[in-house]
Amino acid sequence: MKSENMISATEFCECHHIEISFIDSLKEQGLIELASIEETQYIRASQLHILEKIVRLYYDLDINIEGIDAVINLLQRMEDMQHEIVLLKNRLRLYEEPEESEY
Amino acid sequence: MFIDYYKVLGVDKKATEQEIKSAYRKLARKLHPDLNPNDKDAKRKFQEINEANEVLSDPEKRKKYDQYGENWKHAEEYQNAGQYQGQPSDAGRQTFTWSQGEGEFSDFFESLFGGMGGTGRGRQIKYRGEDYSAELHLDLTDAFETHQRTLTLHGDKIRITIPAGIENDQTIKIAGHGGKGRNGGPNGDLYITFKIASHPKFRRSGNNLYTTVELDLYTAVLGGEITVNTLNGKVKLKVKPETQNGSKIKLKGKGFPVYKSKGEYGDLYITYMVQIPVDLTEKQRELFTELSKSQK
Repeated sequence: MKSENMISATEFCECHHIEISFIDSLKEQGLIELASIEETQYIRASQLHILEKIVRLYYDLDINIEGIDAVINLLQRMEDMQHEIVLLKNRLRLYEEPEESEY
Repeated sequence: MFIDYYKVLGVDKKATEQEIKSAYRKLARKLHPDLNPNDKDAKRKFQEINEANEVLSDPEKRKKYDQYGENWKHAEEYQNAGQYQGQPSDAGRQTFTWSQGEGEFSDFFESLFGGMGGTGRGRQIKYRGEDYSAELHLDLTDAFETHQRTLTLHGDKIRITIPAGIENDQTIKIAGHGGKGRNGGPNGDLYITFKIASHPKFRRSGNNLYTTVELDLYTAVLGGEITVNTLNGKVKLKVKPETQNGSKIKLKGKGFPVYKSKGEYGDLYITYMVQIPVDLTEKQRELFTELSKSQK
């Protein structure tokens, strides 16, 4: 496995001034997945966005890991519902706009 | 413009450090951008409370604010006179790392304290770049096929792929194409909201398309074959005899592409609008009269 598009967990922690044990806890809780190459743990680029969000929630808002898990799930549900609202609004538009008759 | 930081945090002017911290944390949990995605109002309020906390949680800044806050223009004279010896203190303070780039602090703050940034977690903050929002207007036919567009944003050209089946008002995130991060912080993201114009002939609901097709009276009564337009070409249709005005048929798989599901399409619903002949000849009128009598 190549380490392209990945950052080592150690490097990420140094960059964000956080303990490596924090990343381990997230992995244990199933909040992130790490790739292991030659005994080094790597974070995939696709996971970076969610990991940075978790770091902010944990350190900035003092939300514990269990709480973050709940928050992430609720945010996902919120995003799904927002998407559904968009679909419903577009469907509603069908009934609100006057019928075109250029045919 | 003067900003009442105490009011922003909802605390009394005599509030203790602990009370300020507590008020700030409570508001931050409510307004943090991670918990309010795409909510510009929450983002603006979050900036306000961040700024208020930056000042009120720092004894030196708070002192200066309390002394000169409402007459902040005089603060500069005060500083020029060399009387202000305070240095930003990190002790016991925390400022969140979500920021909005250069526009992070108000003019009031900049005038009173200069452009100094905050400090958080006892270290230099890595400021995440500002998120950009943009609207992209498409025709329904544009959204029918996956295609690429080049956008120019703040002088930078960004080439994006727009997947077929994108919805009106749908927002997609282009990670890292927002404002530049500061102090080694990551770039912000670019959020593009698609605005899809109505089509004169086809209406879209999810993946299905709806259209109305005119049908001449004779084909409606006797049946026949017609050619109708779909968004991806013409199709021939058999019309059943005695087709009623307003009746609907479904063309499976002739609707809109399903978003990010290659090869999958919704359905096309056609409503027949039977056209009553006009400007009848004498002969036609006689024939219709005869037909009418045959009904009795």
